[in-house]
Amino acid sequence: MSSSSRSVHPPNDFPAYGSTRLRAPKQPLRVLSTRLAELTAPLLAGETIGALDHDLTRQHDGEPLGERISISGRVLDEDGNPLEGALIEVWQANAAGRYAHLSDQHPAPLDPNFSGAGRCLSDSTGRYRFVTIKPGAYPWRNHPNAWRPAHVHFSVFSPAFAQRLITQMYFPGDPLFVQDPVFNSVPTAEGRQRLIARWSLDLTQPEWSLGYEWDIVVAGREATPLDDDASE
Amino acid sequence: MRLPLTPSQTVGPFFRIGLTTTIGSHVVGEGTPGAVRVSGQVFDGAGEPVPDALIETWQSEGAGRCATDEEGHFAILTIKPEGNVKDGDAPEAPHLDVSVFARGLLTRLVTRVYFPDEGEANDADPVLRSLGPDERSKLVAVREDSGLRFDIHLQGPRETVFFDR
Repeated sequence: MSSSSRSVHPPNDFPAYGSTRLRAPKQPLRVLSTRLAELTAPLLAGETIGALDHDLTRQHDGEPLGERISISGRVLDEDGNPLEGALIEVWQANAAGRYAHLSDQHPAPLDPNFSGAGRCLSDSTGRYRFVTIKPGAYPWRNHPNAWRPAHVHFSVFSPAFAQRLITQMYFPGDPLFVQDPVFNSVPTAEGRQRLIARWSLDLTQPEWSLGYEWDIVVAGREATPLDDDASE
Repeated sequence: MRLPLTPSQTVGPFFRIGLTTTIGSHVVGEGTPGAVRVSGQVFDGAGEPVPDALIETWQSEGAGRCATDEEGHFAILTIKPEGNVKDGDAPEAPHLDVSVFARGLLTRLVTRVYFPDEGEANDADPVLRSLGPDERSKLVAVREDSGLRFDIHLQGPRETVFFDR
């Protein structure tokens, strides 16, 4: 990883997160001599996004339980250019902290009206928007009495290979941050802060839903490891 | 001024909820002339299969995505891409760019799949040439009856060559 990426992204070798132990590569990453960012793949040929795919509260006959929220923001590259047509996919636990996934055995109730997945394409200004319910915190077995802070998983898929990002969005003021190795794997306080959405009165709809704003910044299309190094 | 990047986080164990519907394991349809199945297994540092990894392939013809099964298997049907010829750079041999995501990986891992029938182009490829012979061979898929095999070893003596993301 280039030096600037190293200071932004977590290291893969992060022992506090136990699952890294047998999975993080031990050899140093090789620097590609070529310009990764020039690699582009056509996006979603023939795929369509349903009009309601961004609304996780309207995928079933009834409404899911939980605190109704919206999450919106812009997808930008590091030069400030909006990414149009990026595929944003999200998945999350329900309000009780349970994923609708066979492997999630946390004894919290499933919600028959919540699948916990959504997707949309960013518009010409890079903007995306989801409507969902606030996910609950949940326990995991990383260390004794370990709990994940409430989070929504985000995947950003643009035509440029260098811009591929999967991350997690958190909620402001969560008391569980201090003990969470995944959140704290981000090496700087500034970086961790960029994973936390901002509550917005403007985006909050009266008598209806709380609004959160969260911008996502991915690599520039022309970024190369060498460029990153040179910019420091 | 550059905007600071949004940091990566692990895809976690439950990504099948959200990441398996939109982009699939067929970059090209069955029966497409030149179609080749690139398959393999993902292993951890104990040599155990990784049943919750997500493999994505990128090339100019499209992207493919496949989650591993209980035995760590993935398979993507694609075609061999053209080599990348770039101004000022030596031409590259045809290859697939690959991202690996999994629980326990805080960022994606990036590797490449080269094609075994491209010996001459592979010999001239600037990325392969930058590696030692053992590492070079790890990036070239192995021909099998069903297509091409490319196993991914996250750790250990057979650790896959991974590149800066």
